[in-house]
Amino acid sequence: MTLAVAAAPIRRWRSPSALPGFGLSLGFAVFYLSLIVLIPLAALIIRPWSLGWSGFYDVMTSPRVAAALRLSFGGAAIGAGINTVFGLAIAWVLVRYRFPGKALLDALVDLPFALPTAVAGIALSALYAQNGWLGAPLAALGLKVAYTPLGVIVALTFIGLPFVVRTLQPVLADLGREHEEAAATLGATRLQAFLHVVMPALTPALVTGAALAFARAVGEYGSVVFIAGNLPMKSEIAPLLIIIKLEEFDYAGAAAIGVIMLAASFVILLLLNLLQNWAAKR
Amino acid sequence: MSLVVESVAKSFGHFPALNGVGFSAPKGAFVALLGPSGSGKTTLLRILGGLEVADVGHVAFEGDDLLALPARERRAGFVFQQYALFRHMTVAKNIAFGLSVRPRRLRPPRAEIIRRVHELLSLVQLDGLEERYPSQLSGGQRQRVALARALAIEPRLLLLDEPFGALDAKVRKDLRQWLRGLHDRMGLTTIFVTHDQEEAFALADFVAIMNKGEIEQFGTPDEIRSAPASAFVKDFLGVQAYMLPRIGLARR
Amino acid sequence: MKREMSVFPSRVRAATDDPPLARIVLTFVAITFIALFLLLPLFTVFSEALAQGIAAALAALDETDAIAAIKLTLLVAAIAVPMNVVFGLAASWAVAKFDFCGKSFLVTLIDLPFSVSPVVSGLIYVLIFGLQGWFGATLRDWDFKVIFALPGIVLATMFVTFPFVARELVPLMTDQGRDEEEAAVSLGASGWSAFWRVTLPNIKWGLLYGVLLCNARAMGEFGAVSVVSGHIRGLTNTMPLHVEALYNDYQFVGAFAVASLLALLALVTLTLKSILEWRFADEIAASHRH
Repeated sequence: MTLAVAAAPIRRWRSPSALPGFGLSLGFAVFYLSLIVLIPLAALIIRPWSLGWSGFYDVMTSPRVAAALRLSFGGAAIGAGINTVFGLAIAWVLVRYRFPGKALLDALVDLPFALPTAVAGIALSALYAQNGWLGAPLAALGLKVAYTPLGVIVALTFIGLPFVVRTLQPVLADLGREHEEAAATLGATRLQAFLHVVMPALTPALVTGAALAFARAVGEYGSVVFIAGNLPMKSEIAPLLIIIKLEEFDYAGAAAIGVIMLAASFVILLLLNLLQNWAAKR
Repeated sequence: MSLVVESVAKSFGHFPALNGVGFSAPKGAFVALLGPSGSGKTTLLRILGGLEVADVGHVAFEGDDLLALPARERRAGFVFQQYALFRHMTVAKNIAFGLSVRPRRLRPPRAEIIRRVHELLSLVQLDGLEERYPSQLSGGQRQRVALARALAIEPRLLLLDEPFGALDAKVRKDLRQWLRGLHDRMGLTTIFVTHDQEEAFALADFVAIMNKGEIEQFGTPDEIRSAPASAFVKDFLGVQAYMLPRIGLARR
Repeated sequence: MKREMSVFPSRVRAATDDPPLARIVLTFVAITFIALFLLLPLFTVFSEALAQGIAAALAALDETDAIAAIKLTLLVAAIAVPMNVVFGLAASWAVAKFDFCGKSFLVTLIDLPFSVSPVVSGLIYVLIFGLQGWFGATLRDWDFKVIFALPGIVLATMFVTFPFVARELVPLMTDQGRDEEEAAVSLGASGWSAFWRVTLPNIKWGLLYGVLLCNARAMGEFGAVSVVSGHIRGLTNTMPLHVEALYNDYQFVGAFAVASLLALLALVTLTLKSILEWRFADEIAASHRH
């Protein structure tokens, strides 16, 4: 009796199970997680403080860093905005319509996930260069894409698209048509049914998809560096600046930019979690 | 005859859901579409409501060619089996929806819409619940909100898909007497789908017994009970044999 | 097809069918966007590689540095992917088969690397093992190189591909519950044989799905590896880094030839992924069924 009572608190953090292997599996998982992910990330968070608060602040507000951060965040936001509009159209078409080649189109949406970023980068760069298939006609219209901030936006749009489409698709498929039918019998036009009935139901997924696309785009490197041209203050993205600072052996400066980007993605993740909790409660 | 349904047919792919069905009913009739699942009763209701397009057929209703109108111009109030309330809108917004989506020149002023919502809420005995969301209501309350929402557009035709299917037995009995009373007061023509024979016979003026995409028999409850038109009807009625003695008494 | 035969006016359609014009416009927009933004870049890769004929492209691949890059890429994936498979299996066994406190926190941590910029993923290892990093001096004394050498490349790759297998297996194994393993153990099976003979057959397609995505990312990773590799041709350049080096040297045919190999890998991955989603929908995690 006494033994059982004494033993209970020790094991309370996990419920008993008939299956073996808990210690081994959890132990290895936590060990590997700490070694590969947690300790290195801790190193990143600790490093910039060797500069002190003022040093950290100086790095962040130096014109070149501020311009790079502005471009990475601004470009990611514009890319996410473009993807929200077109991602919604693509998800709608893929879920609601039937047409030949639809399965192929659906599979292609994942291409930015699967295609190595460097490959995407040189392809976009070749495509939008002044003599490229898209660059030439655009240049004729007076629009220079490659080696300008516009090129950064193109690349960030490319890599963000699947996040929006893949977040919307299952929600749209589960939506059911009853609510739209109800709207129709009550006299709503198709557009009114979409705006008043479908959109409110889709909004949480749309925001989630856009936020995921944004988070990915902020830190994106490979697909951007080739098309960006990397002119300081103009078309230089924040991740590239990290690499430049590393090459100058300014570890703390590099880490400072890294911490800002990490903090940004955590804030986005946190907001997303709050959003999902809020949406689930409704 | 105010509602005339003629040879309406519909198939989904190779599956024939309706093989040219027809019936007619006078204005103000309360009609039940009764049959086992897969008999085509819901498909017929959805075609009348404009949710589904018939392959062929003709439906005349109060002088209109009903099937030539899109759903939103039919003024047919449709109550869905699971109610399909808009869950991000309050009860008041749900009920007002049909009025507020009208083109500006036909839309009643705001104050008038609010007045109508209150009127409908007291009609369905839900006064004071206008600011609730559908998730904060019981099944019976949701059902009545769905009804109020359908009535807000002043429908000429009320279509109900298994209106009591999702409710428990007690609520169901109360609600259906109340619904019948409402129908009589408002002078609507009502069609409802059910698989519950007792419900159909207790409530409806006319019953259409459906099987495999056909109407096996259309008539008043008494006509059907006294002279089942086919083996299927006889069989289908026989399932609930306890009703037969009462019929016998009524006939004498 | 039936609709065209309809006897009713064209404005009468099922209540949830969009107007024909809207359908046409939306379908056109979707196809055009995907064609311009996704398909055209892919097509460019192959067309640029073959700009001077297939012989030139093949010659660019059959070259010492290119072969070294291919070998290094395969080696890195051959180390990183199995490590992450073992981790994924261990983590999902612990999470799906047991209840313990901190479980949802652990699951959140697993996804962490996805929200870290690739460049930062490389940076963290430089901060630890780099010349001015935590262990930089010690490693130099031991004459053991992590940064600008294979270990750094493997570590960075492990970090960026860390969640792929686990995030596939955790929801799948959680869905499957623990009944079957408990039955096996009650019949006298050991933990290992319950795992090999009961669990593994149940999750094999999900595991393959995770490995597929993990491998694609491991072979294609650029940003993280770029920070730690040092870009030594023939030695520490993986295929994506070799693509960059050739491109920056204006050797476009060579760059796009190596890029074509990577694009082919992406296409094979996408094809297998689609097949898995379509054929084994019930045996991969619910989030991928569509």
